[in-house]
Amino acid sequence: MSELVVGITVFVLAAFVGFEVITKVPPTLHTPLMSGANAISGVTVIGAVTAAGLGAGSLAEILGFLAVVAATVNVVGGFLVTDRMLRMFRRPRQPKPDKT
Amino acid sequence: MIEILYLVCAVAFIIGLRRLSGPRTARSGNLLAALGMLGAVVITFVDENILNWETVAAGLAVGAGLGAWGAVRVQMTAMPQMVAAFNGLGGIASALVAAAAVVEREIASVPIEVSVTILVSTVIGAVTFTGSFIAFGKLQGIVTGKPLVFPGQKFINGTLGAAAAGIGLWTLTTGHEGGYWVLSGIALLIGVLAVLPIGGADMPVVISLLNSFSGLAAASAGFVIGNNALIIGGALVGAAGLILTIIMTEAMNRSLANVLFAGFGSGDGGVGAATMSDRPVKRATAEDAAIALGYATSVMIVPGYGLAVAQAQHATRELATALEEKGATVHYAIHPVAGRMPGHMNVLLAEADVPYDQLLDLEQADPLLQQTDVVLILGANDVVNPSARDDPTSPIYGMPILNVDRAATVIVVKRSLAPGFAGIDNPLFYDPKTLMYFDDAKQALEDTLVALREM
Repeated sequence: MSELVVGITVFVLAAFVGFEVITKVPPTLHTPLMSGANAISGVTVIGAVTAAGLGAGSLAEILGFLAVVAATVNVVGGFLVTDRMLRMFRRPRQPKPDKT
Repeated sequence: MIEILYLVCAVAFIIGLRRLSGPRTARSGNLLAALGMLGAVVITFVDENILNWETVAAGLAVGAGLGAWGAVRVQMTAMPQMVAAFNGLGGIASALVAAAAVVEREIASVPIEVSVTILVSTVIGAVTFTGSFIAFGKLQGIVTGKPLVFPGQKFINGTLGAAAAGIGLWTLTTGHEGGYWVLSGIALLIGVLAVLPIGGADMPVVISLLNSFSGLAAASAGFVIGNNALIIGGALVGAAGLILTIIMTEAMNRSLANVLFAGFGSGDGGVGAATMSDRPVKRATAEDAAIALGYATSVMIVPGYGLAVAQAQHATRELATALEEKGATVHYAIHPVAGRMPGHMNVLLAEADVPYDQLLDLEQADPLLQQTDVVLILGANDVVNPSARDDPTSPIYGMPILNVDRAATVIVVKRSLAPGFAGIDNPLFYDPKTLMYFDDAKQALEDTLVALREM
């Protein structure tokens, strides 16, 4: 099999895994799910690192550098903001909290 | 060996997403996905022949700093535009990876399947980038939230699409690099033109779809550099975004094509507005609202975008607590498309410390409305419009709504009688059981709370 076919196979299978894993997310968590997934899409940072590291002074290096910055903002910002949101989701009230 | 390590990272993404689907496990799931990402970057650093690691490290540091700054500073009400901006950056990163491959390896010299993936990655990434930033502008109020429609728009978009396809084919067959850059420019333009005609209240669909696109862009960048971690991660996000897109369009009872191309809410639908706006409404003051709420044993709060605009989540929570202390049960009914992104209201109310078991979705809340004493509507409109149920001529007919008119009393807090985004008048406002309280949501809630305490 050519590399492309292997890639397509991986892609299709992963998409099905994605559908199976995500279908049952409760609406309450839709925003964190979206921003968490968004952070994962920043995985393109790997490609960016590879491109930026190709060689000094080239146009590819500049494009790669910009890609690294954009993807890292996506990854770091995405995971942090998701965590910030998830920290806020309180558990259902325990039998009367000590608040008066 | 390296392949296996990347696979471990991809599995971390899958398990992370899986754990994101439950409130109790979600935080650890997010952390796991983040660790997978860190691992993937470290592996790349070790494995790839990084000639100038200073450049890469500088890029990582700048990006991490900016991302962390944004994530810490952003207000919860501004979360939709934040996600839109992050989406756009993910998209442009994928396009830039493809562009770097072009300048590095001469498009004529790479095998055809690689050049195809380069073009696909560039086009999807570029459309995601400009589309997301137009969405950002609309959500932030920089670009008008109204659908921007002009004559010949569809023709222009169609021509651009055809031109992109033609130039893409030409670039592939001739290997001419100039064609690649023209195609990139057209893709950027298409992203702008595609999102401009979409109205603010359709943003939950657009953001979900762009989310899906950012995943597809990452996956196609994975094809360009031949990396399975990118392909798997991108496919997962593509699927996640698509699922949310479908949930959102179903919650509006509209097709995706209708959301994207119809210029919905540009005014054509508001036929009934002129005829109905003269009808009398029952106006209410803070005292009226307090009396109605104070004697209720069951209250359902229906939040909408107006709640986010007014930053009224904390005031809502305070009023709800006061009502609970008086012995009432309080729930929140959250329509899937309330707000500007999926789950927008839930995040706001979670910020105000509302326990998530009080947040009911459409299916849970709707049957309870019949036994509800008072429904308090805060800046929501189309999602409680009975026309969607009763009036086959209404543009939103068939959209699942919260049937709030089945409750005993309805209090609508709204700035004015202006119709909602869809430009459709709401018969609920003229219903004899409805009290209209015209004010900013936060102000109204605070005044009602004062009045309630004085009772």
